Amino acid sequence: MAQRLLMKGNEAVAEAAIRAGCRHFYGYPITPQTEVAAYMSKRMPKVGGLFLQAESEIGAINMVMGSAAAGKRTMTSSSSPGISLKTEGISFLAGSDLPAVILNIQRAGPGLGGIQPSQADYNQAVKAAGHGDFKMLVFTPATVQEMCDCVFTVFDLTDKYRMPGMLLCDGLLGQMMEPVVFPEPVEGLPAKPWAVNGHRNARPGNLVNSLYLHPEALEARVRERFEMYKTIEETETQAECFMTEDAEIVVVAYGACARIARSAVTAAREAGIKAGLFRPITVWPYPKRELTGAAKTAKAVLTVEMSMGQMVEDVRAALEYKKPVEFFGRTGGVVPTPAGVLGEITRMAKGEWL
Amino acid sequence: MKVVYDKPGFLRGLPFTYCSGCTHGVIHKLVAESITELGLEGRVIGVAPVGCAVMCQSFFACDMIQAAHGRAPAVATGLIRAVPDGVVFTYQGDGDLAAIGTAETIHAAGRGENIVIIFVNNAIYGMTGGQMAPTTLTGQVTQTSPYGRQTDTAGYPIKVCEMLATMEGVSYAERVSVHRAPEIRKAKKAIKKAFEYQSSGRGFSIVEVLSTCPTNWGLTPVEALDWLADNLIPHFPLGVYKDKFAGEAK
Amino acid sequence: MPNRVTIDEKLCKGCGVCVAACPKQVLFLNREKFNAKGYNPSCMGKIDDCTACCVCGLVCPDCAIKVEKE
Repeated sequence: MAQRLLMKGNEAVAEAAIRAGCRHFYGYPITPQTEVAAYMSKRMPKVGGLFLQAESEIGAINMVMGSAAAGKRTMTSSSSPGISLKTEGISFLAGSDLPAVILNIQRAGPGLGGIQPSQADYNQAVKAAGHGDFKMLVFTPATVQEMCDCVFTVFDLTDKYRMPGMLLCDGLLGQMMEPVVFPEPVEGLPAKPWAVNGHRNARPGNLVNSLYLHPEALEARVRERFEMYKTIEETETQAECFMTEDAEIVVVAYGACARIARSAVTAAREAGIKAGLFRPITVWPYPKRELTGAAKTAKAVLTVEMSMGQMVEDVRAALEYKKPVEFFGRTGGVVPTPAGVLGEITRMAKGEWL
Repeated sequence: MKVVYDKPGFLRGLPFTYCSGCTHGVIHKLVAESITELGLEGRVIGVAPVGCAVMCQSFFACDMIQAAHGRAPAVATGLIRAVPDGVVFTYQGDGDLAAIGTAETIHAAGRGENIVIIFVNNAIYGMTGGQMAPTTLTGQVTQTSPYGRQTDTAGYPIKVCEMLATMEGVSYAERVSVHRAPEIRKAKKAIKKAFEYQSSGRGFSIVEVLSTCPTNWGLTPVEALDWLADNLIPHFPLGVYKDKFAGEAK
Repeated sequence: MPNRVTIDEKLCKGCGVCVAACPKQVLFLNREKFNAKGYNPSCMGKIDDCTACCVCGLVCPDCAIKVEKE
């Protein structure tokens, strides 16, 4: 039986990346994710891998680009302000068709903000992780175990589709300790004939590039990617439903907020309110089909986030504005409480929201 | 009849996209000749900058990657760490390396990354039409220093070789020029030595090459060569600023 | 056969650097001729004076010059 370990989220996700075949990690200190880098600096040398602390998050994401272009599984991690610095690099990864994994342990913003947990980078991750038309895979795990499982999935999918992928977590998940069982280390990684690692006089030179000076050529390339994105939206969504079969109030929440909402939903059920929880595990591709199914019996939907409301727009759009969608959120690093969420559910159940 | 001089095959035979008389082309040739003479084609991975020389990604017959503006040394770090036996070089202009890419350059040097940096210094931003660069001379007129570079608002030209030579991580730093045949021969020796050091794992090398920009200097190609000699060289003295392995057998 | 400098007129941009650099003033820009891009290509003039020193090839920014020696 695989070993159960009690581990902190930041360290567990680092170990999972190593087991998923990552041997090149480029980090930079920033609360609340620094333990990822610290852990990597301890473990990577033991597995013949590389931990390198870059001069900045900008340096780190561009080092990721180099190792990714050379065909390696590579990763970087940071927190909100650092992710902002990486967005140019993320756009270059997308524009150069390079697979790489970026971990965002969100903290409160804007600006230096705070170091407490937040989900206020949702729009940045899902809508505009950099300039230009492109998408990025974005996974939102809610437990330390799921963080590890998602790392394996994101590495596989970024390699499969040759695009960047993000684990969108928050300081709560990064800092909490929970038992985790690691999947078996990956054996054998996919071949990457497109990589730039020296043609060894055995093939023509490869080119990794995002510059297309002819508009038609660039447009054609972007359209090809969007065909791929459509396939991903149809086939790679992931979500979890909890007591939504007969729910009249469906709460939609991800990551740490989903755990809080789950407690509120359980309490509501005990108080005789038919509540349920829908929890996206991918927020790009957004699980539109699954959400529509989960909200079938819902009279109203409540989105709960640690922000002023960002995913709520996607929930409304996914339901095609056919159901009323309310929002409850705390921001600035304040974490909503189950009681707070329960209060909203109760208020809505009384129909006061009309 | 014996061919005693010809275009290196490593340059794919494509016409260069540079302005008439721009010495980027000469530097490309020296890089190509060095790589070919050392037999490194199969191991080379080149990092193209953002600027006029981004086009070099199509000119060299090896694996190439195009980096974001200023980020080439970081991309090169990721490459050499992933392909330790690779021959990784960046080719960058002065805006790319000495302005936006300063941190990446200094820290790649500080880590002693086993890469070659070909740093083309023509004291101006070429691609975008002739703006002031960190290496623009005091008083030099450019599109963004129409009254000459003013020290109170634009400071002083950055001397990259001198700066990097103070760093332990740097194995070799030399400034050369390509404005005359004898200087081109010296520049070739420097570039070839940099690739020799790199391909034998001897750490960070930078060759700063003074180069012309006739179009944006507002001079003819031949006048530009003279302007370089009379103005750039006095402010950017040629020579070896560091060579950890000077005199050692190859 | 004397030494010969061959200029690839497709690549030459009429910059005149080789003309100025040639120690024997062998080369000149042919004002009567234009290449596809509208440049006057460099041409070999005083054929016998060429010593195949290769300076023209060395300084050419467009790799347009091939030098052949007896």
